[in-house]
Amino acid sequence: MKARITITALVALLVFCAGYAALFIAPDEATMHAIQRIFYFHVASWNAMFCAFFVAFYASVAYLVTGKRKWDALGVSGVEVGVICCTSGLITGPLWARPVWGIWWTWDAKLTSTFILWLLFIAYLLLRGLVEDPEKKASLSAVFAIFASLDIPLVYLANRLWRTQHPQPVIAGGQGSGLDPTMSKVLLLCLFAVFCVMILVLLDRYRLELLRNEAAELRYEIESRGLDAADNAATPALQKGAQ
Amino acid sequence: MKNFEFLFTAWMVVWAVFFVYEISVAKRITQVREEIARLKQQLQQR
Repeated sequence: MKARITITALVALLVFCAGYAALFIAPDEATMHAIQRIFYFHVASWNAMFCAFFVAFYASVAYLVTGKRKWDALGVSGVEVGVICCTSGLITGPLWARPVWGIWWTWDAKLTSTFILWLLFIAYLLLRGLVEDPEKKASLSAVFAIFASLDIPLVYLANRLWRTQHPQPVIAGGQGSGLDPTMSKVLLLCLFAVFCVMILVLLDRYRLELLRNEAAELRYEIESRGLDAADNAATPALQKGAQ
Repeated sequence: MKNFEFLFTAWMVVWAVFFVYEISVAKRITQVREEIARLKQQLQQR
């Protein structure tokens, strides 16, 4: 518990430093000026989302290979946290777009594929709520998560493959791309801060899923004991009836 | 600072989304822990 409090405090400090650096240390961008600073949280949200969905993809494959429940628990945790990061990115994007593009949203390849990704993983969470049998739920969820993950490379590559309203990548985007050295350092700090927050939340969500599994096992044990007790109570009555 | 309201809202949204979600997870953990304790008690009684 003490270690957990220390880690949370360190991450909170990191978040504060990242926020300070993004708002006050990073230089103004030449054309967009201050509003470009949304970039540091926006990109960090997407980075955390890609990591969370990768965890979900890996866990889903691992579940289908091994059939162990812990992978299913990690899979659903990755999806839920990924959806949270995606939601954050989908809100910060329009807040940046409105003053720069003059519109909140446009249906270009990048934005549309991202919105579809968000809908697919929302559908995953809804699907889990519809299936009662735990084995069936885990298998269906794993297959669906792998299917939904096919959209992830498309989201990443959309503005590289097609002309989009969304800007071309500034990092690893080929000739003419790149960031000012101070901007790069601030971005790295923000990426790390949001990544750490994502990991903390993911671990908590994973713990919750393991606890849910434990509760389900206990409920099953109580039910089976209840049935045993009912059988024991019924047997003498039957025997009496037979006599 | 021009467009400060957009910048501030974006900054708040990122952390608010994570914070609200973390609170909801912590709440659910507490509920499940309470349920586990109750179920264990039930098992001992049988």
